[in-house]
Amino acid sequence: MRSILLALAVLGAILGIVPSLSAQEGTTPLTRSAQTLNPEISLDGLFSAATFSDPEHLQFGAHDPNKRGFTLQNLELTLAGNVDPYFRGEAHLIFGLEAGESFVEVEEAFLTTLSLPYGLQIMGGHFFTRFGRQNPLHPHAWAFTDQNMINTLMFGGDGLRSPGVQISVLLPLPFYLELIGSVQNAEGETASSFLFTPDETFAGRPILTRDVHDAGDLLTLGRIKSSFDLSETVSLVAGTSHLFGPNGTGENTATRIHGVDLFLKWEPLTADHGWPFVTLQGEAMRRSYEAGEATLDDGTVLSQERFETDGFYIQSLYGFKRRWVAGVRYERSDATDPVEPASGARWRASSNLTFYPSEFSKIRLQYNYDKSDDRDDPIHAVFVQYEFLIGAHGAHTF
Amino acid sequence: MKQILIFASFLLALQIARPIEAAAIKVVATTEDLAAIAKEVGGKRVQVESLAKGVQDPHFLEAKPSLILKLSRADLFVQVGLDLEAGWVPSLLVGARNGKIQSGGPGFVDASRGITPLEVPTGPIDRSSGDIHLQGNPHYWLDPMNAKQIARNIGEGLKRIDPGGAGLYDRNIADFSNRLDEAVVRWEEKMKPFAGAKVITYHKSWPYFLKQFGLAAIGYIEPKPGIPPSTLHLKELIELIRRDQVKVIIMEPYFSDQAPKFVAEKTGAKVVVLPPSVSVSTGIEDTFHLFDHLVNTLSEALR
Repeated sequence: MRSILLALAVLGAILGIVPSLSAQEGTTPLTRSAQTLNPEISLDGLFSAATFSDPEHLQFGAHDPNKRGFTLQNLELTLAGNVDPYFRGEAHLIFGLEAGESFVEVEEAFLTTLSLPYGLQIMGGHFFTRFGRQNPLHPHAWAFTDQNMINTLMFGGDGLRSPGVQISVLLPLPFYLELIGSVQNAEGETASSFLFTPDETFAGRPILTRDVHDAGDLLTLGRIKSSFDLSETVSLVAGTSHLFGPNGTGENTATRIHGVDLFLKWEPLTADHGWPFVTLQGEAMRRSYEAGEATLDDGTVLSQERFETDGFYIQSLYGFKRRWVAGVRYERSDATDPVEPASGARWRASSNLTFYPSEFSKIRLQYNYDKSDDRDDPIHAVFVQYEFLIGAHGAHTF
Repeated sequence: MKQILIFASFLLALQIARPIEAAAIKVVATTEDLAAIAKEVGGKRVQVESLAKGVQDPHFLEAKPSLILKLSRADLFVQVGLDLEAGWVPSLLVGARNGKIQSGGPGFVDASRGITPLEVPTGPIDRSSGDIHLQGNPHYWLDPMNAKQIARNIGEGLKRIDPGGAGLYDRNIADFSNRLDEAVVRWEEKMKPFAGAKVITYHKSWPYFLKQFGLAAIGYIEPKPGIPPSTLHLKELIELIRRDQVKVIIMEPYFSDQAPKFVAEKTGAKVVVLPPSVSVSTGIEDTFHLFDHLVNTLSEALR
């Protein structure tokens, strides 16, 4: 308790030495859009039509097209704005349909500091863990219609997100180097490799209810993110991510996930509305899941065992003509993970073609070839995805 | 307690690792036009960088981490405003975590302050009209007389963060304005024979320039701002050009020349590629160079 108070005092001291911003009232441009105190509001609708060669397919992402016919992948309401001179707040609320029933999901809601000294930034609330490149992305920002296999395997259908706090620092170096650390709750459906939820199982072992005794019972992330401009037209972003947390198969069992990610983009200076461009992106992850000893209802005893799971994806996009993008993706995972019906080795190849009538809409055609060791036949899938965005202009991340 | 000490020494280490403050004020502008004017105002007291290169379309810049890095170290940030950079500046500012230059901070300058914008939409608008700017057309730097107000806005910002330089900044602004007044006489003289000439432009980016020199855009390659031309629209444009005997189609270097060339071939009009921005790498080094180049190229084409 005392250390928490001390930490708060240190934080207060940092906030106290932030240069005063209030003296500059009246210098902000009084523009028409700034004259409203409403937050920036936008609504994104993401839909798809799908067909599979086998209805028992392996499409487990919660926002994937997951049945023959039509899927509402995501209806996302975003509210964002500066809270005061010190914080920016944003919330992403998801509306969805499951078997005809509507539901609401708090996907993210967090605040971000804007003016801490020494390149520091703190984020607090409920947010996607900044592990790699794909996990923090909302479904409408995905380059493909469905979630990457490895992300679904490691982080579940909905991605890894939880309430918590993150601190990051942009180091004073000649190139971009950011260190990110976060602590979040480890339980719930959105933390499937960790405490998860009590009615689930992992490798045959029931998931137990585990209380938080110390910081080791929370989910901790360490991430290094760096970026270089290799030339005026080619930029690179590379990172490593490391996750540590408890899992629900025992009282002292733990999971570790490590990942590396890479992103390269070429775009000429004289690009016409952002075209042409080429991107190359890849991520590899490895999970070490230490499952505890368990005695099942029928008397079977499962001994303590470590499960190693790894996989990667690599994808490339080519914006070959204004408004048109072609993409290819190859993924592979080797999961000795009986939670997923596709245990053992699996690989998937995808290609797609996207047409953007404007920045605010898209239509995408995608084909997946999905092959896993435990099936004789590959699964073929075809998706048609369409999106609209109304309201405030969304932020583009690089 | 131990964690707190570690955290405190971490902060201390960062403090020591900070680069020694250079004497010059670091100004980061979104475009080379603003950067050129900031150099005029700040002289030797400032070190100026631009996020967009003059040859790039300032509507569509990538929010690269290297740009975040520049903003994280800026003392003064200058943007065109009127939502020109709405697609990329907000996320850069959040990433830069630099309190001085956040909107409302002492080092934040919106260069459009005090400018009278053209084409401010009246009545209800939505995106079915294309990329409409709620606060008016943002290409105001293409009226050379607006450069005076931009210089004053930058000067206000510089004086806030560097009051010691106030005298110099005021002198530089006065000198810059005088030189502009002289140059404008020269530019107007050159354009006078073409007063009332009708032109076609690719995007609605030239109304300030055309108004200043008495020209008029009667049509656009884009049917609506940001929307690529359809065959039907180009057909109508060809008829319009023939009827009104339009001589010139103005386009920016970063747009596709396919549609303008097609229209030019059908009508005999000339496609004139005009840079809408100062661009040091292509030899257009400041505001005066830019308008010299625009006026010379255009008067040549309209002859």
